[in-house]
Amino acid sequence: MPVTVIKVENLGKQYRLGQIGTGTLSHDLNRTWHKIRGKEDPYLKVGVVNDRTEKGGSNIVWALKDINFQLNQGEVLGIIGKNGAGKSTLLKVLSQITSPTVGSVKVKGRIAALLEVGTGFHPELTGRENIFLNGAILGMTKSEIRSKFDEIVEFSGVDKYIDTPVKRYSSGMMVRLGFAVAAHLEPEILIVDEVLAVGDLEFQKKCLGKMKDVSEQGRTVLFVSHNMNAMQQLCTKGILISNGQLAMEGQIDKVVNHYIGIAKQGSFSSGNHARRGNKSVLFSDFYLTDANGNKADSMIMGSDIYLNAVLERRAEVKSVDVSFTIRNAMGEAITHVQNMDNDFSIPYDFNTMTLRIKLSSVLFVPDTYFISVWTGCNSDAYDIIENCVHFEVMNNPDFNRIIYPHNIKVFVNSEWALL
Amino acid sequence: MNEEKENWDLVIKPKQSMFSIDLKALWRYRDLLLLFVKRDFVSVYKQTILGPIWFFVQPILTTLTFLIIFGNIAKISTDGIPKVLFYLSGIVLWNYFAECLMKTSETFTANANIFGKVYFPRLIVPLSVVTSNLIRLGIQLLLFVGFWLYFYLTGAAVEVNAGILLLPVLLLLMAGHGFAFGIIISSLTTKYRDLKFLVQFGVQLLMYASPVVYPLSSVPEKYKWIILMNPMTSIIETFRYSVLKSGSSFEPVYLVYNAAALVVVLSIGLFIFNKVEKSFMDTV
Repeated sequence: MPVTVIKVENLGKQYRLGQIGTGTLSHDLNRTWHKIRGKEDPYLKVGVVNDRTEKGGSNIVWALKDINFQLNQGEVLGIIGKNGAGKSTLLKVLSQITSPTVGSVKVKGRIAALLEVGTGFHPELTGRENIFLNGAILGMTKSEIRSKFDEIVEFSGVDKYIDTPVKRYSSGMMVRLGFAVAAHLEPEILIVDEVLAVGDLEFQKKCLGKMKDVSEQGRTVLFVSHNMNAMQQLCTKGILISNGQLAMEGQIDKVVNHYIGIAKQGSFSSGNHARRGNKSVLFSDFYLTDANGNKADSMIMGSDIYLNAVLERRAEVKSVDVSFTIRNAMGEAITHVQNMDNDFSIPYDFNTMTLRIKLSSVLFVPDTYFISVWTGCNSDAYDIIENCVHFEVMNNPDFNRIIYPHNIKVFVNSEWALL
Repeated sequence: MNEEKENWDLVIKPKQSMFSIDLKALWRYRDLLLLFVKRDFVSVYKQTILGPIWFFVQPILTTLTFLIIFGNIAKISTDGIPKVLFYLSGIVLWNYFAECLMKTSETFTANANIFGKVYFPRLIVPLSVVTSNLIRLGIQLLLFVGFWLYFYLTGAAVEVNAGILLLPVLLLLMAGHGFAFGIIISSLTTKYRDLKFLVQFGVQLLMYASPVVYPLSSVPEKYKWIILMNPMTSIIETFRYSVLKSGSSFEPVYLVYNAAALVVVLSIGLFIFNKVEKSFMDTV
């Protein structure tokens, strides 16, 4: 029978918005007064669901509310959610950095959190001294560190500089050293925040590999990332957090797909966008079509796709430029197109108009892509919508390959010849 | 209930009993304490030529200043003790207390970036401050011994007596008071920064309420009790009595009062510290 190693019950965390000042002193006094009389904390009842975009009436929010889940030994849990959904707060509570307002977390075994690499590095100390310091901060004993010292140095790849103060290190070396120490922790439960977002590609792959090893050794891992590929590679189970509440729990693939689906609900027709810009010109619609003019939300790799943007002018403008950025599911920009590249000038005395942009033979590797749209003039933005539409690129059966190795982003047609 | 049977190693709950000091966890992190001590000590004199010798410079210069101002200009009595030894003993002990107090009072604000990323028993940090200052105190006491020997050999009226055996107790009391007051202040400043300003000059002023530049015997009877309230008074007086003997008073009752005060202050300190360490990340 699998052993439950983490049990989270009705966990909630309240935050107070705004500044701490004399107002908070009166809150504190009120709280103490209620406590003295044996009454419940008056501020526990108020508090609104955490939704950044809406300005609530209360200045107390629940960053986390009613979180319940269990984790068995050896499971790798991916925690998914938008920025500000409460993922990091959850990790902070789990790693004892801050205490919850209500509920409890029960843990079996030693827990180590990796919310940042190189915590506590002292710039004046050498790499060697910092390995010991950082290791001890993370909970290792001196003898543990000593026995793994050579491995750590080798993993970090900075052995030449090991007796140099870390203030002389490049930021990349610092990160490598920090991760190397952390990677040699051996807790029963490991909590990892998006530390993979740093370092070069080669090092990122090393880190992912190391994390895979860790989970294969039967240890339990909790992992937060926006990198859905990494999530699907590493995790067995996923939870989705949205506005501080548990929105979904289950197999990682199901949760990731559901999450990407949520991003889809933000597609243009729903009209629910966080826009930026001075609104002189607005995107009133944006959609993709295929070669036949049919609306599309997916395409075969290597085919053409058309971007259709409907613009509406609300005020006098001197000129209008339009550009699009396409990002993959990891948020990496893959390409950027703009009208200036083709010397295509857009008329600026219109009321509404529709632009159609053809992207020929798009050879992005199969994945989900998000398009951000921009219109403006020089540095003046009229309207910006991030990730306003997304589409799938599907594998092209003509290409005779299913796997695109080394996490490549774009495929290039090649012609081979024997000379 | 079924749940009661399961044994969990760790239960994270909103409010834990406030007096629990997890000694086991502190012991598990003892290596961290030592490494913090090493860091504090080593990083201070990195890239200096004189290194730890700098620890001598500050007390010597302060002694010199006091010698000129309080000894020769204000002509405050030193109870017949050689002036240099009188001031130096006061300064070295006072410095230790002041340094412990000021550094521990910054525990939360100065380490917010580490505390925000990793959990370890927070008490490790103030404990490491007290310990690393102990090394500094040791070095400065060596300086004192050097001067003492010089005066002893040149025939000044100094002699050591059995009171010196109390030195470990004195050190413990000093460290304890610095630590206890320090963690109280550090806990309170996480939310309201007002105290920080008070500490900065408060420590300086407090020195004048301790017999550093004057002997207790020169204080008018009427005000003596105020000076005696200060825990540093009996510590400095006892130390001077044991190694300089002449004039200084030694009354065990004040040391007992001192220890009792320490228990009270330390309890308050640990109580507040425990309460604050759970939630300070939200307010600091």
